[in-house]
Amino acid sequence: MQWTDDGIIIGTRRHGETSLIVELMTRAHGRHLGLVRGGRSRRVQPLLQPGNSVVATWRARLDEHLGNYTLEPTVQRAARLIEGPAALYGIQLLAGLLRLLPERDSHPDLYEATATVVDWLDDPAIAGGLLAQFELRMLDELGFGLDLGQCAATGTTDDLVYVSPRTGRAVSRGAGQGYHDRLLKLPAFLVADDETPHPGAGEIADAFRLTGHFLARHVFEVRGLQMPEARASYLALIARIVPAEAAE
Amino acid sequence: MPRSVTGPEIERLIQLLAKLPGLGPRSARRAALHLIKKKDQLLVPLAEAMDVAVSSIMVCETCGNIDTTNPCTICADPRRDASTIVVVEDVADLWALERAGAINARYHVLGGALSPLDGIGPEELNINRLVGRVASGGVGEVILAVNATVEGQTTAHYIMDQLAGLGVKVSRLAHGVPVGGELDYLDEGTLSAAIRQRTKF
Repeated sequence: MQWTDDGIIIGTRRHGETSLIVELMTRAHGRHLGLVRGGRSRRVQPLLQPGNSVVATWRARLDEHLGNYTLEPTVQRAARLIEGPAALYGIQLLAGLLRLLPERDSHPDLYEATATVVDWLDDPAIAGGLLAQFELRMLDELGFGLDLGQCAATGTTDDLVYVSPRTGRAVSRGAGQGYHDRLLKLPAFLVADDETPHPGAGEIADAFRLTGHFLARHVFEVRGLQMPEARASYLALIARIVPAEAAE
Repeated sequence: MPRSVTGPEIERLIQLLAKLPGLGPRSARRAALHLIKKKDQLLVPLAEAMDVAVSSIMVCETCGNIDTTNPCTICADPRRDASTIVVVEDVADLWALERAGAINARYHVLGGALSPLDGIGPEELNINRLVGRVASGGVGEVILAVNATVEGQTTAHYIMDQLAGLGVKVSRLAHGVPVGGELDYLDEGTLSAAIRQRTKF
């Protein structure tokens, strides 16, 4: 068995004295692990850091084997990521979310989204919004997508500012007026088509509250898992360093 | 199936030696044979030394270092600067810094780095005790000498968050060109970190 694909390193684990098990998010083969022989050498280990992009060739005798990777780095972002806490917590959160996917299950859209997020991780004003959008996309890929296209009560597609925590459907400002304290806020950037959103810290917090509610209910609690530790650290940091109001 | 050429005691010795770092089954066999040939000069003293080590090795309750006393030799040394704590991931890192003789401070061994893939969270690391040491006073600086990896630096930032508000200076090791390093052999990440963290000459 052999294939070659683009991938982004999302984690590594020591294997023996000289090798590493590398976890990649690949374009066509989903989240995929493989062994890199000599991956702990002084020359190779700096290249095999989370956040770096690689061209991966995977070889194994049988499909169900762990297999061996040959990795050729294409974009090295790790040195930039370890410069600041926002990027570090961001990459850990991203990896924690991707680990919710079953191994070797192809999610090409999520690969593209991952590539976009890691490119912006050192700019928390943009990465915060992108990570919230990523969580929303993650829910969708796991089969728990939210219906944010029209109001659950009136059917209108305008002024959708709330989401029902029970059904996951959008609610318009007018329809939700009497219940706004029981509804989750839907920040506009979350459903906008902007590739580099600039939401304020308040909007980012609202977005993460929304996605976190449904991730906890449909994914983490059902599987008996805790939310990634990095999520709380990331949100606390964003609240400190991103301006409260959205940039114009 | 290959027949065993030695008794079970020697086979067990070979199997155990093969578990040591740097040794495979073939080199373990050579080491075992060497030990057996030098029984009085090597095998017996080694067995005695290991027996003594097993009964006397302990983990320092202050810093997490491995020693035969508690507190360890470093924590008990009055000549060391008690106001500076160097935080390392592993005892091997502590030994490396001591070999370098770069600093005459006290240490704190975390026992690893935050690693979601390996299931290592803050509770699995010796972080609470570090916060307790700093909070108890007398510490002016904490140097985070963790690995320059994503996991190591995430751990460093987590510790920095935990130490915030305790009025202690927190620093970390510089990243850049190693001594003897040739620029064209360095990875791009290290080079860009070195350029960003350049110092006035």
